[in-house]
Amino acid sequence: MKANEMRLRFSALPENEAFARLCVSAFVMPLNPTVEENEDVKTAVSEAVTNAIIHGYDGREGEVTLLASYSESGVLCLTIEDKGCGIEDIARAMEPMFTTRPELERSGMGFAVMENFMDALEVISAPGKGTTVCMRKQFACLPQKSELPA
Amino acid sequence: MLRHTLRGDTLTVFLKGELDHNSAKEMREWMDGLIDGARARRLVIDLSGLEFMDSSGIGVIIGRYNKMQKRGGTVGVRKAGPRINRIFNLSGVYELVEKL
Repeated sequence: MKANEMRLRFSALPENEAFARLCVSAFVMPLNPTVEENEDVKTAVSEAVTNAIIHGYDGREGEVTLLASYSESGVLCLTIEDKGCGIEDIARAMEPMFTTRPELERSGMGFAVMENFMDALEVISAPGKGTTVCMRKQFACLPQKSELPA
Repeated sequence: MLRHTLRGDTLTVFLKGELDHNSAKEMREWMDGLIDGARARRLVIDLSGLEFMDSSGIGVIIGRYNKMQKRGGTVGVRKAGPRINRIFNLSGVYELVEKL
């Protein structure tokens, strides 16, 4: 398996949450992911993109950039970036159940899910400077059926 | 088309498809309309038809729990897949709603 990368740029619209997670799901297919690995990544992408749309842009027009790459050893790196309002207190935003949008019935569990479903999570943000979420996950890279001995 | 049943004072809703921030509003409004119309005392949320859920689902469940609690009612969740259970366990949803 060769290393691979892709870049996706899309409008900060709720309908693009499904689009983004399905794109990443298709991108990781050469890693022959297990159902669990695939679902973990889809869920983490959904959380990060939703955060960008709801918190970064708060319904305003904007763009989300998603970078995905994997190495020959099967390590997936994802970067989800917005140019929105940024986060004042990252540690507080990452606390489970902390939300600034209870009126939207947000649970404040987005970062906790990302942390739990991926191997590593890093959040880079400052007020007015947007937010970049970096996540990493090692895939088991089980052999494809066609690679197994007959 | 989302399905529901009403037996006695128990309203059962069958969620299907994908539950994310984009679809949460529609599911929430649909359930609230049913709860208000049926005057149910017990809400059962069946998740067997749900193909995907992120943390938006937690807000939907806890929001319905709060609504039912204000009416003196209860909420149960059934047939959540392993991934959805993981999200619910992570957030402590099962401390509020019954796992059926």
